[in-house]
Amino acid sequence: MPIRGSREGAYLDEQSLLAAGAPPPGGFAGSGRGSHLLGGQRAAAISTASTVVFIGGVVALFVFAPGAAAVRHTFFNPQQMKQAFLGDPSLGLFSVGKGLILNIEMFLIAEVLILFCALVIAVLRQLRNPVLFPFRMLAVVYTDVFRGVPLIIVIYGIGFGAPALYIRGISTQSDFVYGIAALVLSYSAYVAEVYRAGINSVHQSQVAAARSLGLSQWKSLRFVVLPQAVRTVIPPLLNDFISLQKDTALVSTLGAVIEANRAAQIDSSTLFVYSSYTVAAALFLCLTIPLARFTDRLIARDVGRRLAGGGAIR
Amino acid sequence: MNETDVGPESAGPGGTLFGSGAGRGEPGFTGAQAVRLEDVHKSFGALEVLRGINLSVAAHEVICLIGASGSGKSTLLRCVNLLEPVNSGRILLWDQDVTASGVDENAVRRHIGIVFQSFNLFPHMTVLRNITLGPTRVLGVPRGEAEDTARALLARFGLSEKQDDYPDRLSGGQQQRVAIIRALAMKPGIMLLDEVTSALDPELVSEVLGVIRELAEAGMTMLIATHEMGFARDIADRVCFLDEGVILEQGPPAQVFTAPVNSRTQLFLRRIVDAGRL
Repeated sequence: MPIRGSREGAYLDEQSLLAAGAPPPGGFAGSGRGSHLLGGQRAAAISTASTVVFIGGVVALFVFAPGAAAVRHTFFNPQQMKQAFLGDPSLGLFSVGKGLILNIEMFLIAEVLILFCALVIAVLRQLRNPVLFPFRMLAVVYTDVFRGVPLIIVIYGIGFGAPALYIRGISTQSDFVYGIAALVLSYSAYVAEVYRAGINSVHQSQVAAARSLGLSQWKSLRFVVLPQAVRTVIPPLLNDFISLQKDTALVSTLGAVIEANRAAQIDSSTLFVYSSYTVAAALFLCLTIPLARFTDRLIARDVGRRLAGGGAIR
Repeated sequence: MNETDVGPESAGPGGTLFGSGAGRGEPGFTGAQAVRLEDVHKSFGALEVLRGINLSVAAHEVICLIGASGSGKSTLLRCVNLLEPVNSGRILLWDQDVTASGVDENAVRRHIGIVFQSFNLFPHMTVLRNITLGPTRVLGVPRGEAEDTARALLARFGLSEKQDDYPDRLSGGQQQRVAIIRALAMKPGIMLLDEVTSALDPELVSEVLGVIRELAEAGMTMLIATHEMGFARDIADRVCFLDEGVILEQGPPAQVFTAPVNSRTQLFLRRIVDAGRL
């Protein structure tokens, strides 16, 4: 440490005392979450001004850019947007709104299957029974492969590969089914890893307590470890499902006219106007943003509980 | 005795208990010796924690293990209920070798209650569910019956109003008493207590020690690792001093605490006295 004058030293000591003990002036005063985020009235004023300037800049960019008029015409054409949302059978247009409902159906079915498959994979990786070794290896290889391969390739692989195999019962399914299969294959690998992180976050002493009661390894997992693990990973799971909700749109590349994005493609190919994409994007945001806020709330609740309750999870 | 018996004669192993086909309702604990350790060695990697432990625990006997941290007390207890596999030597429970191959460790553990320093209650379950998990899922006791037993035990140890609370709402002393009840609900033949008061605030220690005293009076066989020397002197039939993985000295508390023979025991006890803990 460099040599300092005594006055300086005293000053520093005072500062460090302040840091260690008393709260800094003005700090820690707010109690709500909002005031923590922004830090008082002055900060609120600054952030408001900053937001106005930023949004104003973005709007100005759209209004005054050389191609602004063309962009407004192609992407924000109210007439086209209305048409895209409702569909127009007389023009051969599909409804983005209806497509979205199919999208949601697909998402919900895939989500349930993913939650189940991923849990099985995560548990397989966890069990130490030597009899299960091949399954454990399979689970490792599976997660490695499907986390590494882009979803679009899995969708192509199944959507075009499965029909080409001419297997009864498999090769004659609809694109709806192939799409769900691809989503489940790809996402189960990610979600299994999320589960696994959750399982590993449960302290070994919990396992010791369960095993010492005479519970088998499986029962310890089932009654003690998994319930705690799942509670821990709900926020990251929701995050993956926001992502899944969007990625469902990729299934449209199979050529099926089944959801929002595809509907948008048809619109644009016939009319050469992209407003239908804007409608699709807006509809997706209507779904994903509430999910994102819900995730935030869960995380905040979790953090609050951890601060208050010494890490207990319920 | 009433239905909340904690005495060892209420149930227990007999015959082929730890092998396959073990069942409940067999004759009471047979054999005068509840536990016998024969030359038990245990290593974690290159570190040898237990270096030849020989110890016999008679039925209804209360043994306190004392010694510095790291002397092997906890490891010894964890070896007895097979949470840690031993490297060599034998462990016998009611004259049956539980370290032999082919022993069903889950069957062994359901006759041994262990209580940990850090309570290890299940945070996602209510107090009542913590206590009934073992009986319902391991012993196959019907839920209602298990809950009746749990309530009776909670009442006996003054925790009735806590039955629907989650563990994080309880004080450390209450949590540890629940942990003891959770172990008792399995009607074990022996209780292993691993420094059960070490994580407690000083004012909460006595409520837990009181419970253990009650168990001792009821005739429970217990193997207790502890730093509470005054308590060990009061409750123990025999005190064992562990040092670097071996039992250096053992005997009645009056002898070990007042006239220790081994110089290391003398040193250990002098430090305890100097610290004002005895």
